[in-house]
Amino acid sequence: MLEIKNLHVSIEDDGTEILKGVTLTVNAGEVHAIMGPNGSGKSTLASVLAGRDGYVVTEGSVIYKGVDLLDMAPDKRAREGVFLAFQYPVELPGVSMANFLRQAVNSVREHRNQKVLSAMEFLKLMKEKAQLVQLDPSLKQRAVNEGFSGGEKKRNEIFQLAMLEPTLAILDETDSGLDIDALRVVSEGINSLRSSDRAFVIITHYQRLLDYVIPDFVHVLVDGRIVESGGKELALKLEDQGYDWLKPTESDPITA
Amino acid sequence: MSSSDTKYLREVESSEYEHGFFTDIEADKAPVGLSEEIVRFISKKKEEPEWLLEWRLKAFKRFEALVDEHATPEWAHLTIKEIDFQSICYYSAPIQRPSLDSLDEVDPQIIETFNRLGIPLAEQQRLTGVAVDVIMDSVSVATTFKAELAEKGVIFCSFSDAVRDHPDLVKKYMGSVVPYTDNFYATLNSAVFSDGSFCYIPPGVHCPMELSTYFRINEAGTGQFERTLIIADEGSYVSYLEGCTAPQRDEHQLHAAVVEIIAHKDAEVKYSTIQNWYPGSEEGVGGVYNFVTKRGICSGSGSKISWTQLETGSAITWKYPSVILKGDNSIGEFYSVAFTKGRQQADTGTKMIHIGKNTRSTIISKGISGGRSQNSYRGLVKIQKSATNARNFSQCDSMLLGDRSGAHTFPYLEIQNSTAQVEHEATTSRVGEDQIFYCKQRGISEIDAIKLIVNGFCKEILAQLPMEFAVEAQKLLAIELESSVG
Ligand SMILES: Nc1ncnc2c1ncn2[C@@H]1O[C@H](COP(=O)(O)OP(=O)(O)O)[C@@H](O)[C@H]1O
Ligand SMILES: [Mg+2]
Repeated sequence: MLEIKNLHVSIEDDGTEILKGVTLTVNAGEVHAIMGPNGSGKSTLASVLAGRDGYVVTEGSVIYKGVDLLDMAPDKRAREGVFLAFQYPVELPGVSMANFLRQAVNSVREHRNQKVLSAMEFLKLMKEKAQLVQLDPSLKQRAVNEGFSGGEKKRNEIFQLAMLEPTLAILDETDSGLDIDALRVVSEGINSLRSSDRAFVIITHYQRLLDYVIPDFVHVLVDGRIVESGGKELALKLEDQGYDWLKPTESDPITA
Repeated sequence: MSSSDTKYLREVESSEYEHGFFTDIEADKAPVGLSEEIVRFISKKKEEPEWLLEWRLKAFKRFEALVDEHATPEWAHLTIKEIDFQSICYYSAPIQRPSLDSLDEVDPQIIETFNRLGIPLAEQQRLTGVAVDVIMDSVSVATTFKAELAEKGVIFCSFSDAVRDHPDLVKKYMGSVVPYTDNFYATLNSAVFSDGSFCYIPPGVHCPMELSTYFRINEAGTGQFERTLIIADEGSYVSYLEGCTAPQRDEHQLHAAVVEIIAHKDAEVKYSTIQNWYPGSEEGVGGVYNFVTKRGICSGSGSKISWTQLETGSAITWKYPSVILKGDNSIGEFYSVAFTKGRQQADTGTKMIHIGKNTRSTIISKGISGGRSQNSYRGLVKIQKSATNARNFSQCDSMLLGDRSGAHTFPYLEIQNSTAQVEHEATTSRVGEDQIFYCKQRGISEIDAIKLIVNGFCKEILAQLPMEFAVEAQKLLAIELESSVG
C-alpha cells in the first residue's frame, strides 16, 4: 500500500536535511510503530506523507496504492485515504465540528463515488463514532479544537479518523499528554478501527501506547534514518535501554 | 406654470447653450449640477410643502459654505479622487426608464453571481435595470404585506408619501437625530434627497414582520440620496432590513444616504444591512462611493437600537452607524462584517454616545481584507459626565487574506465619568497556513477551507442577522471569497 524508498527531505527555508534516506514498506492490515528520540524526524516524515508545505524532497520516492503520492495535492491525498492524526491539532475558531466534518466526510465520500450524507444521516454517524472515543456528543456544536483540553484534542483526532475511514492512518504522538484512562480509551478506539484493508503508522516517543495497540513492526528513527527494525519486542527493549545504544558514538561514527 | 418656473427653465436652456452642448432633457430629469434652482426644482417636482423646501434651502446654504471652505471630510483612512459635485444629476423621476435592453449588456460576473444566488431571471432584470414587461410576484407580495401592517397601525411607506400623508411625524422627527449641519454628506443629502423609506410603529406594537426595503424598492427606485426615518414609539419593536445580497448595478457613483432612528421608552429597533453595491473592476475602475450617515437615538429609558451590517460592496465605504444613548438603561449595539477585495476601501465603525445612566453598548467588528484592499475600523465610545455606570465592550478583529491588503483599527475613547467600565479587544490575524493545511488533510479543498475559516470568523455577527438574511449573507460571503481568492 505504501512504499517509501530512500526518502531524503530538507527544510525549504534553510536547506537543512532532516530525513536522510528512509525506506519503509507498509502493507494493508499492518500496524507499524515508528519510535525515536525527539528531533529525529518523525513528524517530518508524517508531514511529508500528508503533503505539508515547507519541505523539499531531494531524493527518493513514495508510492501509495501504486501511484506517486508526492505528486498529489494534500486534499487529494486525504480523499485517497491518507489520514494524519496531528501531533498538535489546529484550532478553527467559530467553525463547528459538525460543519467541518460534514464538509470533510462528504468530499471524501464524493471522491469515492459514495452517496453524500444528509444532515440526519451525518449527525447519526457523528454520534455513533463519538462514542468510540467517548467524546461528548455535544461536541458537534463546538468549534474545532477550540477550548478542547489536550486529551480531548487527541481523542478528537481519532474520532475524525473513525469518521473518514482512511486506508492509511498516520498517528503522530497521539498518546502524548494522555493520562492512563484516556490512553486506554484512545487505544481501544484505534484497535476497533484496525482492519485487513487499513494500515496504521503509529509514531510514538514512548512504548506505553504499544502495550495496548500491539504493532506488527517497530522501527527506530534516529537522526533521519531508520537504524533498527523488528517486531513488538523491539519496543520493550527500547523501554529498557533507551535509544543510546542505537545512536552513533564518537568512536563509531556513521560516515556519510 | 409659475413665473419662477419659466425663469428657471430659461436659465437652464441658456446655461446649456452656454456650455456648448445640448441634451435631450426629459421633463422628469434635472439638468446636471447643483444650485439653489435645482433644490427648488426637486422640491417642486415632489410637490413638497413650504417648510420642507425651507429646510432643504438651509441645508443647501450650509453645503455651499462647506464647499467654499474646502471642508470635504479628509480624516478617514481613504484615498478618494476629488468628487465634482457639479457633474452630478440631482434629480430624476423615481420610476426610471430601463437603460439596458437585455441582460447580455450586463457585466457577466454580476450575472454569474445572480445565478449562484439563485435569483430568478425577472428579478435579475429588475436589479440591473433591464426592461421587463412581466408583472413581478413581489408586487403582489408587497400588497398583501401592506394590508397586514395597516391592521396593526404600522406605517411603512416612501418618504415622499410620508411627507404628504403624515407631515406632522416627518416634521417632528426629520433632522432630529442627524441635523442637516451634521457632516458634509448629510448636509448634501438634506438639500437634495430624492426619496427613501418611512416607518412608524405605534406604542406597544410588535411589528408582525421584518420590514424590508427590498419590497419598497420595487415601487420607487432607490436614489443616490436616500433618506430613511424610523420611529419606534413606546414599547414597540421592529426589525428593519436594508439592501439585498444581489449585486446592484448603479450608474450613480456617489451615494450619500441618511438614516435616522428614534426609539422611545422601552422600544427596540433592529436594523440590518447587506450592502453590495458595485465595487468597481479588479483594477479599481468605476464602483460606487458610499458615504452614509446612520444614527439612532435611544431617547427613552430602557430602549434599544442595534445595527448589524454586512458590507461587501462599493469602491469606497464611509459609514459609522451610531447610537446616542440618552435614556437611562438604554442599549446600543453594533455588529459588523466588512469584506473588501480588489481595490476596495472601507472605513467603517460606530459611535456610541453614552448620556443616560446605566447605559450599555456592545461593538463587535470583523474586517476581512483580500486583494489590495484597505479595511479600517474607526470607533468612538464617548461616556458623558451624566452617564453614571455606563458600560461598553468593543471587540475588533481583522483577518487578512494574502499579503497585499491592509487592516487598520482606530478606537477612540472619551470618558468623562469615572464609574464607566470600558473594555476594548483587538486582534489581527491571517488565515493560517496551518489551519488551511488541517482542513486539506481532511479532504477539504483550499477554497472551501478559506470559506469555512472566514465564516467561522464572522459567525457571531451573522448570527445576529434575521434567519433568511443570514443564509443569504453566508452565500454572498462565499461568492465574494471565491472571486477574491480563487
Ligand atoms: N518546518 C520546519 N522548519 C524548521 N525546522 C524544522 C521544521 N520541521 C522540523 N524541523 C526540524 O527538523 C528536526 C526534526 O523535527 P521533527 O520531525 O519534528 O522531529 P520529531 O517529530 O522526531 O521530534 C528538528 O530539528 C526540527 O527542529
Ligand atoms: Mg514530532
